[in-house]
Amino acid sequence: MTEPILQVRDLVKHFPVQQGVVFKKTIGHVRAVDGVSFDLNRGETLGVVGESGCGKSTLAQVLMRLEQPTSGSALFEGADMFGKKSAAELRSLRRDMQVVLQDPYTSLNPRKTVGDIIGEPFEIHPEVAPKGDRQRRVQELLDTVGLNPEHVRRYPHQFSGGQRQRIGIARALALKPKVIVCDEPVSALDVSIQAQVMNLLGELQSEFGLSYIFIAHDLGVVRHLSDRVAVMYLGKVVETGTEDQIYEHPQHPYTQALLSSVPVPDPSLRNRRETIRLSGDVPSPASPPSGCRFRTRCWKAEDICAEQQPELAVRLDGGELAPDAEQGHPSACHFAERNEHVVS
Amino acid sequence: MSATDDGTGGSPKPRLLEVQDLHVEFRTREATANVLNGVGYHVDEGETLAVLGESGSGKSVTAQTVMGILDTPPGFATAGTVRYRGEELLSAKEERRRELRGENMAMIFQDALSALNPVYTVGFQIAEQFRFRRGMSRKDATAKAAEMLDLVKIPNAKQRVKEFPHQFSGGMRQRAMIAMSLALDPDLLIADEPTTALDVTVQAQIMDLLDELRRERDMGLILITHDLGVVAEVADRIAVMYAGRVVEESDAESLYKRPAHPYTEGLMESIPRLDQKGEELASIKGLPPNLADIPPGCPFHPRCHRAEEECRETVPELHELRAGRHSACHFAEELISRD
Ligand SMILES: Nc1ncnc2c1ncn2[C@@H]1O[C@H](COP(=O)(O)OP(=O)(O)OP(=O)(O)O)[C@@H](O)[C@H]1O
Ligand SMILES: Nc1ncnc2c1ncn2[C@@H]1O[C@H](COP(=O)(O)OP(=O)(O)O)[C@@H](O)[C@H]1O
Ligand code: SF4
Ligand code: SF4
Ligand SMILES: [Mg+2]
Ligand SMILES: [Mg+2]
Repeated sequence: MTEPILQVRDLVKHFPVQQGVVFKKTIGHVRAVDGVSFDLNRGETLGVVGESGCGKSTLAQVLMRLEQPTSGSALFEGADMFGKKSAAELRSLRRDMQVVLQDPYTSLNPRKTVGDIIGEPFEIHPEVAPKGDRQRRVQELLDTVGLNPEHVRRYPHQFSGGQRQRIGIARALALKPKVIVCDEPVSALDVSIQAQVMNLLGELQSEFGLSYIFIAHDLGVVRHLSDRVAVMYLGKVVETGTEDQIYEHPQHPYTQALLSSVPVPDPSLRNRRETIRLSGDVPSPASPPSGCRFRTRCWKAEDICAEQQPELAVRLDGGELAPDAEQGHPSACHFAERNEHVVS
Repeated sequence: MSATDDGTGGSPKPRLLEVQDLHVEFRTREATANVLNGVGYHVDEGETLAVLGESGSGKSVTAQTVMGILDTPPGFATAGTVRYRGEELLSAKEERRRELRGENMAMIFQDALSALNPVYTVGFQIAEQFRFRRGMSRKDATAKAAEMLDLVKIPNAKQRVKEFPHQFSGGMRQRAMIAMSLALDPDLLIADEPTTALDVTVQAQIMDLLDELRRERDMGLILITHDLGVVAEVADRIAVMYAGRVVEESDAESLYKRPAHPYTEGLMESIPRLDQKGEELASIKGLPPNLADIPPGCPFHPRCHRAEEECRETVPELHELRAGRHSACHFAEELISRD
């Protein structure tokens, strides 16, 4: 049995919506993350998907402790992440969890050399690499991510997008973390370069036993790298399961619609595929619909959907709660039903 | 050159646009970048041509040259021809080009927000074209603008003409851009990465809309994209670009079944598929070339796993392999006759 390295429970992050220039008045809240729970097992990748504005990046920021959660908890190796901490505990937590961000163009300081950028974490955590050893460590990291170790003195603008993303990955690896949160790490890259970076992430995972939280909007990319997948809609997880459960037997209408929207790279299937088309956009997270948040776009919605919020639970076909929760494929829909034919 | 058969057995459609041997360079103080090195493609009435390729391959610059909106300087079209219904455009007067823009050809962009003016309502911006180019009154033009928003399926169009771009979602803005580009009823629409910034759900809506409008109006559509999935769903023909050249041109089905260029093949193997988990992705090694210093011979040779001596020396020309299938690879024949 794999043991979870990270246990997230009922995580909530609300941002106040304010009005007024001098006297700010809070007139509401953006419910960016609104009760998210999941486990991340050691050495596995949890993919997180959902449309823009569903709270994926906010979730990442709270987990990276860049934003304070409004409520909820997270345990890292059994220890509470958000409570009061000693300086030593904080430092070790910061070492153990690192982040790789989407934009390889803006996430690196243009005035620093690559050596300085990758070596920066050692300034704060000298115990990982003593001063005399740093240059060698940085060069080793460059080599690990497939860059030329001779290029330590170059600046970010002298590298291509894919190479810059490798620099970001090298920096994240510097402190030998256990978990890396990747927020759209390959979204800005062309397919051929994207494939190079994805292969690199896969190799590093097996080499260093890393656990990833992998956020992306490309469902093909997520399937390729993930062991398990969580589908988010308006701040909530609506379905979660193994890669196979989500892609081959999706139960929640939103998951089915998302998968169905992905164009299939095979012209011979054109017009032969039954597709589900969602109309409209994601509603504002400042005033989400009552009951099931997906109901305004759901073709299966009935009265109960406006009244009762469906909880995320293992369900039988038809939506009834399953008596034994062994299969580990919960979804949050009153009328959950497996659909085996979404992905051609 | 005459128009091609559309493959469905019907009579051939008139040729709308023909680009031949187009060369564009960008001159800066440091260097001259050879951005287009002999691009050629064509579009017939009612047809969708997808232009596929990685960023920097010259897809947008080709489109800008066709539209007559190339940034000059630093960009200069140094050779080649662009013909719209037989009329040569590169040598045409700016006045004539302006006349054609909007009326005959129009373009939409990836970033609809920056293409719309934030200080005017969406309706005003669409109505402007009816007022200045059709001489309509403000009131009639606004009514026409609402009709256009309705055409692109923006709900409640009469109210929404009065709103500003920032009040629209990303997908709505792209719809508004489409409405604006179609206002004067052009027969050629160039869509440059129209859905790259959108979610898959919204992308699907926009692609459906574009396809429907193309069919209804019998427009020629040039769809520029790097998404092989989108291409497979809508393209009749595909032109694959690399380093400022078309390296493969084919009908969609044959190209996906059996690419005739190693670059196309590499692109297809790089996409992580939705319907299978897959192991390691076959990626194309290395990077696209620096356009100020394109390698001799086949520009793809430093990244090509099939490259041989000949590839380093002789530039492979785009040549016809079968009816409607073209490739710029010395070994194209071998590639498509494999089993
Ligand atoms: N600092 C903030 N203040 C107010 N609202 C915020 C803040 N950060 C995020 N939000 C809002 O919270 C919601 C979720 O945003 P988030 O960035 O997490 O979405 P996402 O799923 O990462 O989307 P994308 O796919 O576009 O990256 C959005 O409506 C966003 O506008
Ligand atoms: N205004 C410009 N000034 C200088 N170089 C440019 C300009 N516009 C485009 N380029 C260069 O031309 C090349 C092709 O660009 P583009 O056609 O935009 O590529 P694509 O659309 O295929 O991604 C790139 O190397 C790009 O940097
Ligand atoms: S609970 Fe109702 S509205 Fe929500 S997804 Fe299920 S059927 Fe649709
Ligand atoms: S000509 Fe040679 S290098 Fe170029 S694509 Fe063909 S095999 Fe590869
Ligand atoms: Mg985000
Ligand atoms: Mg472009």
